[in-house]
Amino acid sequence: MGLKSILLLIPLLPLAGAVISGLGRNQVGRAGAHWVTILAVAASCALSFRILMMHLGGEIGVENISVYTWMISDGIQFEMGFLVDHLTSLMMCVVTFVSLMVHIYTIGYMHDDPGYQRFFSYINLFTFSMLMLVMANNFLQLFFGWEAVGLVSYLLIGFWFKKESAIFANLKAFLVNRVGDFGFLLGIAAILITFGSLDYATVFQAAPSMSGETISVIGGTEWSLMTFICVCLFIGAMGKSAQAPLHVWLPDSMEGPTPISALIHAATMVTAGIFMVARMSPLFELSDAALSFVMLIGAFTALAMGMIGIVQNDIKRVVAYSTLSQLGYMTVALGVSAYSAAIFHLMTHAFFKALLFLGAGSVIIALHHQQDIRHMGGLRKHMPVTWITAWVGTLALVGFPFFAGFYSKDAIIEAVGFSHRWGSGVAYIAVLLGVLITALYSFRLLYLVFHGKQRFEVVDAHDKHQHDDQLPDGQLDHAPKESPLVVTIPLVLLAIPSVLIGWYTIEPVLFGGWMDDSIRVLEKNDVLAELAHHYNGATAMALHAIQTPPFWLMITGFVIATVIYRFRPAVADSVRRRVPVLYRLLENKYYFDELYQKTFANGTLKLGQGLWQRADAGLIDGLLVNGSAKAVNWMAARVRKWQTGYLYDYAFAMILGLIAILGVWVVMY
Amino acid sequence: MLTLAHFLTLGAILFCLSVAGIFLNRKNVIILLMCIELMLLAVNMNFVAFSRFLDNLDGQVFVFFILTVAAAEAAIGLAILVVLFRNRGTINVSELDDLKG
Repeated sequence: MGLKSILLLIPLLPLAGAVISGLGRNQVGRAGAHWVTILAVAASCALSFRILMMHLGGEIGVENISVYTWMISDGIQFEMGFLVDHLTSLMMCVVTFVSLMVHIYTIGYMHDDPGYQRFFSYINLFTFSMLMLVMANNFLQLFFGWEAVGLVSYLLIGFWFKKESAIFANLKAFLVNRVGDFGFLLGIAAILITFGSLDYATVFQAAPSMSGETISVIGGTEWSLMTFICVCLFIGAMGKSAQAPLHVWLPDSMEGPTPISALIHAATMVTAGIFMVARMSPLFELSDAALSFVMLIGAFTALAMGMIGIVQNDIKRVVAYSTLSQLGYMTVALGVSAYSAAIFHLMTHAFFKALLFLGAGSVIIALHHQQDIRHMGGLRKHMPVTWITAWVGTLALVGFPFFAGFYSKDAIIEAVGFSHRWGSGVAYIAVLLGVLITALYSFRLLYLVFHGKQRFEVVDAHDKHQHDDQLPDGQLDHAPKESPLVVTIPLVLLAIPSVLIGWYTIEPVLFGGWMDDSIRVLEKNDVLAELAHHYNGATAMALHAIQTPPFWLMITGFVIATVIYRFRPAVADSVRRRVPVLYRLLENKYYFDELYQKTFANGTLKLGQGLWQRADAGLIDGLLVNGSAKAVNWMAARVRKWQTGYLYDYAFAMILGLIAILGVWVVMY
Repeated sequence: MLTLAHFLTLGAILFCLSVAGIFLNRKNVIILLMCIELMLLAVNMNFVAFSRFLDNLDGQVFVFFILTVAAAEAAIGLAILVVLFRNRGTINVSELDDLKG
């Protein structure tokens, strides 16, 4: 099988699966739907690993394959094609592997859902869209994938479309992403105007010669062209990767089923922005201002969103804020030109965050869709596999030495420390404090869910008619039990890379030049090269960690969380009472939602109402449409008086007319 | 001696009588038809007078045609009148105002 057909099969198999399980959902049935889609993704995953192996073995290098020219308009080619380099093959493997795990897990999680086939169809469609995004070799296809994953995200957040809050959340996600996409589209348009091409290779080739150019956007102000393009593209990334202030949609997206929270809103889709910026590194490298902007946004998101996680009580929302914070870390890494570190963290994060989400989902199934951690506790005894894998995920997330998250996060923090970019001092403090915060909320979650007293009652359901949903919060009709194998096997399979992948791959990915064919870093920005000087192997790095501040900050967070949430729960309440302002600020997520709701949402509603009542109902309907009808009516009401219906009146009018015509004729001639 | 002016005056008087008949008559559609016939006769009078005084027979040919058409028209008019009476039960002009807007 040729390379081109392998590459075509990788995205098209999931698409075929989506079509079969979606359109033929009644023909294939429930089991058919999950078999078709899982086989499609499994094949796609296997082929992706085959591509990765070919890269590792040096069989193929950077392959830029054009598949099909969609159209040529005004000399600009719109093509579909694949750019397969090391960055792409890594992303393909991450996407398809996590997707496969989530597919299997879904069999257990969505077991009783009436929309079973629809769900499988959507997540298969998502896999297709995401693969199109990462494999693109031009901006058009990138944008296609970008919007397609956004669409699937919209469909899946609103999967339970009878739930009011789910509809609100998916609309919110869609609208907030439109803001980002607007910037993204402007960026692509600016690239098209400047370079006259949408092809990556052409644009990246020509980019260095454009670094001195300026562009006048509004009024007479001259902007650096590269800064303008990069900031616009990054605004797109801010929407998709949920960076402040466009992060508001991600916590709400937890309204969707848990498997998609793991797949789309933690592991893959939200990292599309990170991937895109890394892919555009030849452009971003040319603008220090844009990179500083990227870094500061990331630093703010990493710290501020983590802090919200400490006060959340919904198990999925805690993990969601953790995702925001980790995406902030990746963005900081992009901002200091440590693109490989960002992609490295993206990869490790994909595994352990998917693991944490699926673990949260497992807890949610066991407690019959109870998501409030105040009604959990002591689940350790009931669900040992979930408990252990959650510990693994948490240790990876907080960056405990030897776990995957440690390597990627430590590399980012070190890179920020080495950076000389404007504002990197602030970012360094933010990412360091972020470590403490991460440990605090992660262990809090772990303790509240799995340890301590159990804060729910098991009531004997004598009355068999009473259904779970009708039980009040904190009551279950039977003891929680470990989830079925289709749920726990993906947990275990994700726990393995969460432990090993960092130790195993840090050397090739960060320091071995793995990304050299896809990422371009200017020498003056190359913090990873500096990092490489201090690097003496993965084991040494982990042992050395004990002497570094991130490790001790993490331990501090662990100790605080242990003391408060394991032994002295009263402390949490007293802290809450001591600093009510801070607590309220965090509880209300810095009032971002309220601000947007008041200004943008209500403003738009008011504007819409004004336009509807004034412009549409008033001007168009009232004045133009009904107004002209009324004018005709008014005229007719007057003219009809002349129509008496009597013959002699008509005759008289004829005579008068005749006299008038004759009169004119006589006078004229 | 009768001059052209006498004949034309007679025609004008007949014409004015018929117009006045159309306007003043508020009662009977038959009178309306008669007035129209009278109008045509007034026109015929002018034709004949001019034909005689200009020594040109064309005018009298026209008169034959007009008389024929007028006869046909009277027949149709009366037929319509009969149908109208059958439907409405009246031929009173002031009640026939279906065209009123």
